[in-house]
Amino acid sequence: MSDTVIETSFAKDTGPAVVRAEHLGLTFPTGDGDVVALSDVNLTINKGDFVSFIGPSGCGKTTFLRTIADLEKPTSGTLTINGMSAEEARRARAYGYVFQAPALYPWRTIEKNIALPLEIMGYAPAQQAERIKRTMDLVNLSGFEKKYPWQLSGGMQQRASIARALAFDADLLLMDEPFGALDEIVRDHLNSELLKLWDRTQKTICFVTHSIPEAVYLSTKIVVMSPRPGRVTDVIESTLPRERPLDIRETPEFLAIAARVRDGLRAGHSYDGEHV
Amino acid sequence: MRSDLSSLQLYLALVAAGTGLAGLLAGLPTLGAAPLLTAFYALATLSLARLVMPWSLWLDLLLALLGAVALIASLPPGAAMPLHHWLALFSAWALAWLFVERLSAAIRRGRLPETGIGLIIPVLFGLALLVIWEVVTRGANVPPVLLPPPSAIWARLTAEVPLLWADFVQTFIKSVIPGYIIGCLAGLAVAIAVDRSPFLKAGVMPIGNFMSALPIIGIAPIMVMWFGFDWQSKAAVVVAMTFFPMLVNTVAGLNAASAIERDLMTTYAASYWQTLMKLRLPAAGPFIFNALKINSTLALIGAIVAEFFGTPVVGMGFRISTGVGRLAIDLVWAEIAVAAVAGSAFYAGVALVERAVTFWHPSVRGGRA
Repeated sequence: MSDTVIETSFAKDTGPAVVRAEHLGLTFPTGDGDVVALSDVNLTINKGDFVSFIGPSGCGKTTFLRTIADLEKPTSGTLTINGMSAEEARRARAYGYVFQAPALYPWRTIEKNIALPLEIMGYAPAQQAERIKRTMDLVNLSGFEKKYPWQLSGGMQQRASIARALAFDADLLLMDEPFGALDEIVRDHLNSELLKLWDRTQKTICFVTHSIPEAVYLSTKIVVMSPRPGRVTDVIESTLPRERPLDIRETPEFLAIAARVRDGLRAGHSYDGEHV
Repeated sequence: MRSDLSSLQLYLALVAAGTGLAGLLAGLPTLGAAPLLTAFYALATLSLARLVMPWSLWLDLLLALLGAVALIASLPPGAAMPLHHWLALFSAWALAWLFVERLSAAIRRGRLPETGIGLIIPVLFGLALLVIWEVVTRGANVPPVLLPPPSAIWARLTAEVPLLWADFVQTFIKSVIPGYIIGCLAGLAVAIAVDRSPFLKAGVMPIGNFMSALPIIGIAPIMVMWFGFDWQSKAAVVVAMTFFPMLVNTVAGLNAASAIERDLMTTYAASYWQTLMKLRLPAAGPFIFNALKINSTLALIGAIVAEFFGTPVVGMGFRISTGVGRLAIDLVWAEIAVAAVAGSAFYAGVALVERAVTFWHPSVRGGRA
């Protein structure tokens, strides 16, 4: 790989800021004291970035994603999405969210599930049909339009839920461990499909995971987080090209980035150890 | 010894053949009096041959049916039946039990199909109950005031069709159906309101609870005072009875949607009504249908009992209360039979609609969640 390739890949990724967090903090009051889920998080996500959030459970990676989605309210600091507050961005339907579980409604067929956001947002029936077809092609689910979710495998269900998040015009895609419940083979396959999809749609993707190879394989930027209190310990800009075959995972560059992520995670843990 | 008989089946076979043989011996002095019964005794005794040769389970069914027919045909009019007939009843009953045992074992092992054939078991069960009822009441000369035989009830039922139909229309069509619809709709609407407002939840739920605890025999006379003697007061009782089950079930059902399913709606910035119509009501479907099924039986009970407290001279409850007073017990039983059939059909209708509407629920499609 030549240096020029890396240069261009960087140039392509650095667009205007989509998500900007400054001194963001979130504290949950509980019965036995407050839990600091996020503490002083500063992060800028640019247009076209693929950002992974990685860290052990309790590090606040899902909470941060839910804060971007306005499903949780920060208790301090500022957060802007496309220059708007998180609530305004949600009302403007600025993002699509893919949850840990597919969350497809069992009384709707796959195409009707994908139509759900379109119905709510008031798309005309002809537009709905066109978008359903396009997104189902995009996630390779054509032919399963009339099936019910419980008639499909877990991997297909999660692909349908990605199609649902892509069906409307949101430039930001938030994904919370979408492949966490799937086996390794299906996961590899969906990861490479996700990269192709990202390339084709030019969306900005925030991706929560607890798998180091997954984070390194997918991302242009890896945010390493650690728990108690939930905070960002390292932000790693990936030097890998945008075009990534699966066997890139055996290259020295890949392994070097993975090692740095692992170091970041270990640093977070040793900090944790001082308190035990 | 043939190996495909379980110990219970073997025991039943021995009882059937043994009582058959005993009946044959006991009936010998009066052999000509009941030739059909004698034939049954002989064949039941011969069924012991199953121990040495193949014996189809359908032969057991035929024998049991023959026993039932022979018993009913040889019932003496107006007097108790000879003692050895009880042996025949016992033998036929054991044969029927044996048949059902072998049939369900055959279905379990996949040698016979479940659909269609499986229906024989409940039908035969009901039939056996009717035959035993008929033979015991007439054979032991039970006074009809205590328990009339099914044949007398059937005769009364067919003779009084116009009267029973008028009662059915008065009670079921005029009181139960409107009361059921109003009660269920009101329960549903109040549940949605209660779900939306914490104030209503605190205020309405205890009152609903209180209403459901009121005894029906307390509400019914009050409703008669308020709404008059005709069907309106009965419908009002039905409304009061069906309201609370619907309220409680719907309130529970509206919380059935998972957190992740609701979050999804939040990410779409869906309005309250969009979330209600597209997520929470469909997810509450199984709960709502539970209430509809409970209410389908409650409504009929409520309307019939309410008619005990003042009614025009028509209605199922009126007929039952006056029938008891006039010792027309067969008419009371005919009315009960109509109520049972109507109630079961109502329930079955609701259950069928449930299967069509909540086809996606694991309890209906028989899959995992």
